[in-house]
Amino acid sequence: MAKITLDNVAHSYIANPRDETDYALRLIDNIWDDGGAYALLGPSGCGKTTLLNIISGLLTPSKGRVLYDGKDVTDLPPEKRNIAQVFQFPVLYDTMTVFDNLAFPLKNRGFNKEDIKTRVLEVAQILDLTKSLNQKAARLSADAKQKISLGRGLVRSDVAAILFDEPLTVIDPHLKWQLRCKLKEVHEQLKLTLLYVTHDQVEALTFADQVIVMYEGEIVQIGTPQELFENPSHKFVGYFIGSPGMNFIPCKIDGNKAMVNGAGIELDDTTASMANKASENLELGIRPLYLQVHAKEVENSVRASVKTIEDQGNFKIVTVHLSGHILRARLPEGKPTPSENAWLKFPKDWIRLFHNEKLLTHK
Amino acid sequence: MKKRTVFFIIYMILLMLPIYWMLNMSLRTNADILGSFSLYPKNITFANYMKIFTDSSWYNGYINSIIYVTLNTMISLVAALPAAYAFSRYNFIGDKHLFFWLLTNRMAPAAVFLLPFFQLYSTFGLIDTHIAVAMAHCLFNVPLAVWILEGFMSAVPREIDETAFIDGYKFPRFFLTIFVPLIRSGIGVTAFFCFMFSWVELLLARTLTTTDAKPIAATMTRTVSATGLDWGLLAAAGILTIVPGALVIWFVRNNLAKGFAMGRV
Amino acid sequence: MDKWKDNKAWFLVLPVFILVAFSAIIPLMTVVNYSLQDIFGPGQRVFVGTEWFQEVLSDKRLHDALWRQFLFSGLVLLIEMPLGILIALMMPKKGWAASVSLVLIALPLLIPWNVIGTIWIIFTRPDIGLFGAAINSLGTAFDHTARSSDAWITLMLMEVWHWTPLVVLLAYAGLRAIPEAYFQAAKIDGASTWATFWYIQLPKMRGVLTIALLLRFMDSFLIYAEPFVLTGGGPGNATTFLSIYLVKIAVGQFDLGPAAAFSLVYFLIILLFSWLFYQVLQNVGKGEKA
Repeated sequence: MAKITLDNVAHSYIANPRDETDYALRLIDNIWDDGGAYALLGPSGCGKTTLLNIISGLLTPSKGRVLYDGKDVTDLPPEKRNIAQVFQFPVLYDTMTVFDNLAFPLKNRGFNKEDIKTRVLEVAQILDLTKSLNQKAARLSADAKQKISLGRGLVRSDVAAILFDEPLTVIDPHLKWQLRCKLKEVHEQLKLTLLYVTHDQVEALTFADQVIVMYEGEIVQIGTPQELFENPSHKFVGYFIGSPGMNFIPCKIDGNKAMVNGAGIELDDTTASMANKASENLELGIRPLYLQVHAKEVENSVRASVKTIEDQGNFKIVTVHLSGHILRARLPEGKPTPSENAWLKFPKDWIRLFHNEKLLTHK
Repeated sequence: MKKRTVFFIIYMILLMLPIYWMLNMSLRTNADILGSFSLYPKNITFANYMKIFTDSSWYNGYINSIIYVTLNTMISLVAALPAAYAFSRYNFIGDKHLFFWLLTNRMAPAAVFLLPFFQLYSTFGLIDTHIAVAMAHCLFNVPLAVWILEGFMSAVPREIDETAFIDGYKFPRFFLTIFVPLIRSGIGVTAFFCFMFSWVELLLARTLTTTDAKPIAATMTRTVSATGLDWGLLAAAGILTIVPGALVIWFVRNNLAKGFAMGRV
Repeated sequence: MDKWKDNKAWFLVLPVFILVAFSAIIPLMTVVNYSLQDIFGPGQRVFVGTEWFQEVLSDKRLHDALWRQFLFSGLVLLIEMPLGILIALMMPKKGWAASVSLVLIALPLLIPWNVIGTIWIIFTRPDIGLFGAAINSLGTAFDHTARSSDAWITLMLMEVWHWTPLVVLLAYAGLRAIPEAYFQAAKIDGASTWATFWYIQLPKMRGVLTIALLLRFMDSFLIYAEPFVLTGGGPGNATTFLSIYLVKIAVGQFDLGPAAAFSLVYFLIILLFSWLFYQVLQNVGKGEKA
């Protein structure tokens, strides 16, 4: 178990990178705590797998250092780093039994037979694999195979961290949930540092204490799922987290009001004062969950026209036009839905302002 | 340099030696070859190659070979594609036996089968036609093509087929517009193997032809016996027999790896 | 995942079936017919039952040729399979070096078989051939036309030179198809190069190696043109393999009946062994541990 420090790490797959765009990973400077469950979240090609491979040692970064508990491991190969990795597709030694698969990392490190047996049985117990220990690994279902991959990491009592590279991709939907619970359970039981790469926000948000959102080779935000939802530090996080993503409308500031093509939306005082300092390129953001839609005019509301209403079961998604901009709102079931005209209310507490795509904050 | 690279380079050099020797001989006159040992041609002559390119009995051999080999490759692929699809997607009565039976056709010793082959193709009036050789070579190439293609096809997830059928595709259109493009690389590799085995086969090809469709390999043996072994000419002809296949493998080289190992067996 | 059950799939296989059956079944029946008759000339045939089979099966020279054949094919497989895998492991993985080596390695496969024999005649001649001259300069009087051990060495060399590339190509294709994650996992698990080969590369190559092994077995067991051209079966009968002996009977002595019976026995031997290889390789590593 270890604290992982990334000291100004950058990586390029090109031998002599010239400018920033040549880097798959621009600049990462971060510390991940021992025993934490982290999720690396981002769209395909954002550099998350590159970062994972740098941590595991499959890649050596072009710049910077990787430290485990303060010890520089940048040049150490994966097998010397005491990490375990679970890949997107189950990687097993097909010709071996489940037992031999689990014992393989220990055998390679020269443990004696008795220790191996004890350890493998322990891990098999944790992962509910005891019954299939004598079966050929190739015959098992995809979720059992992923558990074996995980188990190959867990057998090593000195393991510093377990890395997951989209491990649930090939698992049937109804088993995904089970396996995710198992992961959480293992995490709580063994207090290992877990790092979980995914492009699926639901997976990330349910699995991790801390979510690291990546975009174009950079970390845009690190926070708890709640922080990411309520205070996305970058427009990208707003879009990417939440379904549907955050609404954004360009606006100008007039006193304590945000003006959207003539319609004024009232702001609270702190937000308004921050906004007054930044004049240009302002955008107002609000989560669909917090945007209120009324059938009749209410206080401090602006008028919009309803475009579509989608019924999603226990809630509805209303798409409205507000002076040329499209907004989405999430209405709880049972609330009356407007048909043509609607009045939108922006609760002051949930309005966020973005300047040059970045969240305006007090500092 | 790593040890493995050194070993590999040594292997490549050994592999190329006989071919280099053939090239060396092809650039010398027959008298020169038989007269003295020489590591490289001291007086380079292209006379051997000129003879092949100008003498119709020689270059027709190449044309004949290329025609029937191409025909065979096409027939093998067209027939094997749907069959390989059936083997990779369906269970049907006798599928495993049929698959192995196909393979058994590579196992018959040719010598005694040549006569009935000749009789059979005579009955259909096919002797000395390109199509006869192309058909006869199907005997060993079609099973191979089915085998290799099946491997590539099994690597394509079946969800693709299911989705297409749900979308209302009829089988032929699905197969030609969706499935075949997906296994392009497999088709390339299969084409290479069919081409190769048909190109080097001699006994059947020689038995079924007399003049009009005579393959280059047969032309070579005949000319050899008539002129009392013209080694230079033979070597030049040998070098030229490598060229078409080398072109084929150059085109499929990048596909060789894809999905090959994932099939049955 | 189970395959779809549908006997209509036969329609897809039908073209192949007809195409192959056209060239396969009638000649086979004809050969079976020959093997049961004594043929004196057109229209003059006598049914002889299993007489030819009995004659063939008790033929001492055929037994010798058969053992020679087993020895030859056994050696071929023992040398070519490991060597082919080894070369495939050493081959460059990408870039121009990979392309060039692929094409060069395929070259011996593209030469017509009789030409291969002819080229090797010259190549191994002590006076004007590179190999012959080289080996004689070492001080041994190497002569494949006079000494049977030399004939065998030459034949094996030629055979290994000619056909190992087939194993290399197939093994190389198999290796390239293994997903990178397997090697990464092996690294993380601390597996040695040998363990990686034994537990990942070799099992993943099973499919292509089965193809390679069967093709090499069949073709080496049927070998004819190369030894016929190079040694003519000699010196003595040292390199008279089954096919060469068969042709001697069929063409040399024009004994169609015994030759046909011989062919069928020959065919059945290959069939039996191919089936055994096929079964063993299909099940190896697949079975459940008790």
